[in-house]
Amino acid sequence: MKILVAVKRVIDYNAKVRVKADNSDVDLNNTKMAINPFCEIAVEEAIRLKEAGSADEVIVVSVGPKACQEQIRTALALGADRGIQIETDDIPESLNVAKLLAQVVKNEEPGLVLLGKQAIDSDNNQTGQMLSALLGMPQATFASELTLKDGKVQVAREIDGGSQTLSLSLPAVITADLRLNEPRYASLPNIMKAKRKPLTVTTPETLGVELKTHSTLIKVTPPVERSAGILVNSVDELVEKLKNQANVI
Amino acid sequence: MEREVMTFDVLIVGAGPAGLASACRLKQLDPELNICVVEKGSEVGAHILSGAVIDPKALTELFPDWKERGAPLTLATERDEVVLLKDNRSSIKIPHWMAPKSMHNQGNYIASLANLTRWLGEQAEALGVEIFPSFSAADVLYDENMQVKGILTGDMGVGRDNMPKDNFMPGIELHAPFTLFAEGCRGHLGKELIRQFKLDQGKDPQHYGIGLKELWDIDPAKHQPGLVIHGSGWPLQGDTSGGFFLYHAENNQVAVGLIIDLNYSNPWLSPFDEFQQLKHHPLIAQYLEGGNRVSYGARAITKGGYNSLPKMNFPGGMLIGCDAGTLDFSRIKGAHTAMKSGMIAAEAVHHALKNNETDASTFEARYTQSWLYRELYKARNFGPALHKLGRWLGGAFNTLDQGLFNGKLPFTLHDLQEDHASLHRSSESKPITYPKPDGKLSFDKLSSVFLSNTNHEEDQPCHLQLSKEEIPLTVNIPLYDEPAQRYCPAGVYEVIDDDAGKKLQINAQNCLHCKTCDIKDPCQNIQWMPPEGGGGPNYPNM
Repeated sequence: MKILVAVKRVIDYNAKVRVKADNSDVDLNNTKMAINPFCEIAVEEAIRLKEAGSADEVIVVSVGPKACQEQIRTALALGADRGIQIETDDIPESLNVAKLLAQVVKNEEPGLVLLGKQAIDSDNNQTGQMLSALLGMPQATFASELTLKDGKVQVAREIDGGSQTLSLSLPAVITADLRLNEPRYASLPNIMKAKRKPLTVTTPETLGVELKTHSTLIKVTPPVERSAGILVNSVDELVEKLKNQANVI
Repeated sequence: MEREVMTFDVLIVGAGPAGLASACRLKQLDPELNICVVEKGSEVGAHILSGAVIDPKALTELFPDWKERGAPLTLATERDEVVLLKDNRSSIKIPHWMAPKSMHNQGNYIASLANLTRWLGEQAEALGVEIFPSFSAADVLYDENMQVKGILTGDMGVGRDNMPKDNFMPGIELHAPFTLFAEGCRGHLGKELIRQFKLDQGKDPQHYGIGLKELWDIDPAKHQPGLVIHGSGWPLQGDTSGGFFLYHAENNQVAVGLIIDLNYSNPWLSPFDEFQQLKHHPLIAQYLEGGNRVSYGARAITKGGYNSLPKMNFPGGMLIGCDAGTLDFSRIKGAHTAMKSGMIAAEAVHHALKNNETDASTFEARYTQSWLYRELYKARNFGPALHKLGRWLGGAFNTLDQGLFNGKLPFTLHDLQEDHASLHRSSESKPITYPKPDGKLSFDKLSSVFLSNTNHEEDQPCHLQLSKEEIPLTVNIPLYDEPAQRYCPAGVYEVIDDDAGKKLQINAQNCLHCKTCDIKDPCQNIQWMPPEGGGGPNYPNM
């Protein structure tokens, strides 16, 4: 069985997000970029399934400019077998990504498609769901445990106030939550080997997908800075201030 | 433990200007060489912080077509100002002819050294150099003849209790006939190698400074791209030497910073707070007011220069750049000299490899014939003059020495006291009270550290090791009121005073990898060790 994993290049979770002076977008100039942490968890899960003998090939796919090959190489260094980059000028919105991935799925015919539950930059949480709908495949989102058994996949997913266990027939689309696993470190020899693993570049035109814009980014503003607090001397003063100054009670 | 071994032709520790320049030069000399660079930062450039006004001399020798290749040196310096801050309001502009010639900056560029380093990394990779960010060099490996045979990369996935976690990945041995150590100022392996091979024998003790820097987005109306301001004086007190810089860079940004020599004597001094106070001086505030601070960082600087420069080659390897101490302090510039030292080292190593020699012993002769030697020799009296003669007399001496005599005076001033030995007792020193930050021009330590994007995996052994656990309690707190809580620019060291008495708490995850604690601790009790690879600051544009 093949497993297809989608990865996204995002701002590193350690980097402080800065907004451009003209509020047109987030400033990513010379900022550390990384593989989206949830995507990395999806890659790790695919590799573990391969190591357990449940899969024979792990394919990693990313959508974006050439720079996203770095993240594909990272996934290859972790243990994926080959990569596909779908070259676009910038990162298209979720529906476009889902359509591109759907085409790759049709070409590659994987038994399982794994994605991160959402990307930490746009926080959309849409691509996996849209992809399963486009493909007519069953989906399990927010997976925290995944077991392959008798041609089916059993997924424990995190829901409000507890956990739900689903059984899905294959092929299926699954999105990874934080608790699914803890990704390994890429070893130095594996990073070297990853440089020689196959990576093919394709385009939306080759895949026959027309990218459409459904929304326009108007403005990005940083959150309002919290003003400094004040120390009050008594409960009475606190209540007085909450009532008359903050107007919250 | 049996460890995996990988072998290369040349191994380089540290992807900074020195390491990458030597990697590129080696590949230019012999494209067949297998070169591996390990870098503890999460990416190339992540741990690089500098002013910076950059002299493109070495870069031009390495890549004569650097402009066409798109090196991020695009803003030439337009105007130099040298000022002396008399007090918190007034300043004197030093006329151009009176400032030491080394402070003139025609032909240089205002740039981000971190971005230049990122670009050098791309050039090196295009030449076929293998660069591995997020891999620290933990230990030097020696063969049976005590010749360096490579390094051991740090273990990953070790818990706070020193036990392997689920994701444990043991470090591997990297072997090479030559290992170039380019860790930057006070590299922990460089320190060991200097001791091991007695590389500093017959040299003056090494001297250091701590540099703190911020990047600001300022009001475009106040922005004068290409303006370079250097100065000294307030808020530093008379017996503390140091100086500040303010560079108008591109994109309406200015870089502002303060460098304080680490031979200061008052344990109450806090470099961080001096820097915060400095920004309130009208000369600096006029540019920053209404602006936005976007980044903060700090790094120690090796500044002993010619007199303190250790022997750089030893069996199986070399020390290069600031790991050895090639910075020209008279010009407060180290990028061009670090690169040049790496390039000369590359030539010496290439020669040794070709002739099957184990020591790149032709380095010395190549170095003494180079402009690097001439530049460092000329500047040899600059630092000692300031230390020994003070700001005024020393400054005047430097103007004459550099300008009139071109560094050729027939004597050399020496500064023989080690920086860690200069602290006076806290009881004998005048406490310094610093004003509270106003949140507009000045800030507290923690909100500053936040802007450095520093991060360390929390569950790992503390990378700041005390040789003797009891020293903070028996010596540092009673005699010096623990100076680490003030000289550390990241709030790593905190003295907790509760019912159980005083104790030193080490918040290692705040660390900016500046190495000041390793240098300045009066008992030399703090050992800076590399944390798990990828940890530390993530400096953009610094």
